[in-house]
Amino acid sequence: MTSLLSLTGIAKTFDNGVKALGPVDLEVQQHEFLSLVGPSGCGKSTALRVIAGLLAPSAGKVEFPGGNPETAFVFQESTLMPWASALDNARLPLDLKGVARAEADMRAGRALERVGLGGFEKSFPRELSGGMKMRVSIARAIAAEPKLLLMDEPFAALDELTRQSLNDDLLKLWCEDKLTVIFVTHSVYESTYLSSRVVVMTPRPGRIAADMALAAPENRDGHYRLSPEFTTQAAKVSAALRNAMVEHA
Amino acid sequence: MSAALKYAVPVALGIAVLALWEFLVRHYDVPVYVLPAPSAIWAALVENFASLMQSLWTTLSVTLEAFALALIGGVAIAVLFSQSRAIERALYPYAVILQVTPVVAITPLILIWVGFDRINLVLVIVAFIVAFFPILSNTTLGLKSTDHNLIDLFRLYGASRRQILMRLQFPTALPNLLGAMKISGGLALIGAVVAEFVAGSGAATGLAWRIVEAGHTLEIAKMFAALALLAALGIAIFSILSLLEWALLHRWHESAIKKTA
Ligand SMILES: Nc1ncnc2c1ncn2[C@@H]1O[C@H](COP(=O)(O)OP(=O)(O)OP(=O)(O)O)[C@@H](O)[C@H]1O
Ligand SMILES: [Mg+2]
Repeated sequence: MTSLLSLTGIAKTFDNGVKALGPVDLEVQQHEFLSLVGPSGCGKSTALRVIAGLLAPSAGKVEFPGGNPETAFVFQESTLMPWASALDNARLPLDLKGVARAEADMRAGRALERVGLGGFEKSFPRELSGGMKMRVSIARAIAAEPKLLLMDEPFAALDELTRQSLNDDLLKLWCEDKLTVIFVTHSVYESTYLSSRVVVMTPRPGRIAADMALAAPENRDGHYRLSPEFTTQAAKVSAALRNAMVEHA
Repeated sequence: MSAALKYAVPVALGIAVLALWEFLVRHYDVPVYVLPAPSAIWAALVENFASLMQSLWTTLSVTLEAFALALIGGVAIAVLFSQSRAIERALYPYAVILQVTPVVAITPLILIWVGFDRINLVLVIVAFIVAFFPILSNTTLGLKSTDHNLIDLFRLYGASRRQILMRLQFPTALPNLLGAMKISGGLALIGAVVAEFVAGSGAATGLAWRIVEAGHTLEIAKMFAALALLAALGIAIFSILSLLEWALLHRWHESAIKKTA
């Protein structure tokens, strides 16, 4: 397997002297679903922004051995343009890349359908619920057919039911599109449910405290949430997180 | 409140006030040079219709020219400010100085520099100075209030500065700009009138000068007629700009949502 992303000695110290991250070494394989969990303020968002190329690391290297992958980012808030319809929002990456309008409309429309928003193309963000807005945000992310999907606590602000249904939809997209996902979350259960791999980080500056492989999350559904296997895995992640907090406090 | 009632109430109130005014003036025999009755004002309006319309047009064109310049200049400089902090730091204090200096005090100077033979240009410049600042400061603020995550997203997709400006910063600033336009539209009119009062020579032919003229000859009804036209002009400018604001924002902006609720 070729790795998609390789971080070597990545560290970030902000201008104000805050040591936010690192040093971190991490190899991410293609088609992994990697969750990043860790205490608040440990540098998870910083790590994602460094990987996305939005923030320069103070030390270390970000490399993509197979070439720069098409990358998409989903934030905790849906981060939509309020003046643009769902379709116009989903079309943004294609517009910015100069894809012809007719084709871009078609691809954005299909992305909306895939997240269950067929028929809402013309709706404005203020006419949509929180869960639907997050779906538009995901449609926007997949519209440009990314290889690497970075998500920063995307479902943290949603209610439990909406979150679970979005979890399932996300897994479906991950499976169908052979995505590589790096997913930041505070929820042990969410990370256990979604991931093929969970990376646990220490308190600030965030380093890797544990790196756990889980069974691939293909064909997971509501039953899996109730299975003893799920509970065991969640307990392991939870223990690793507690360890990370204690050892590095 | 139903839509019909929303307009009916203020209109009815206006008619009632006019009727009361008419009645009191007639009943107490108030001399016309103190307070003319609405009917007398209407008569003065009809009698001087041609000259008043001419003046209305003069004032309107000065106002519109100044407003257009303020809009173009204010937005252009705001864009400049949003692209370069250095330019903003260098120029902003001067914009503020221009704003806080009473325009009445600099009008005579502008009059001397531009010349008494180009009085209309003087009026446009003064009205521009008054109308310019709200557009500049509000648009600058709007252009800078973009969602940071959205900017990151644009950068992630390789957007150029121009794309970020046109597709993200302008729409973000639009509510601020439209709000500022409502203020500046009124200010441009005030500027045009004030400048004409100060410039006050026979060369000026706008509504303000009609008021001065009528005052000198104690044609108070004509004075009121000119005043009424000025008020109507102000209301028209404000209404048109409010309509524009509604047309551009009502589908997505919070301010428009609360109004309909
Ligand atoms: N632009 C910045 N300038 C200075 N310090 C920053 C900046 N961004 C983040 N930090 C600091 O870096 C640390 C890590 O921030 P980061 O947002 O990456 O944490 P996080 O793990 O995502 O936290 P959370 O789980 O609460 O989202 C924090 O202490 C934060 O205050
Ligand atoms: Mg974060």
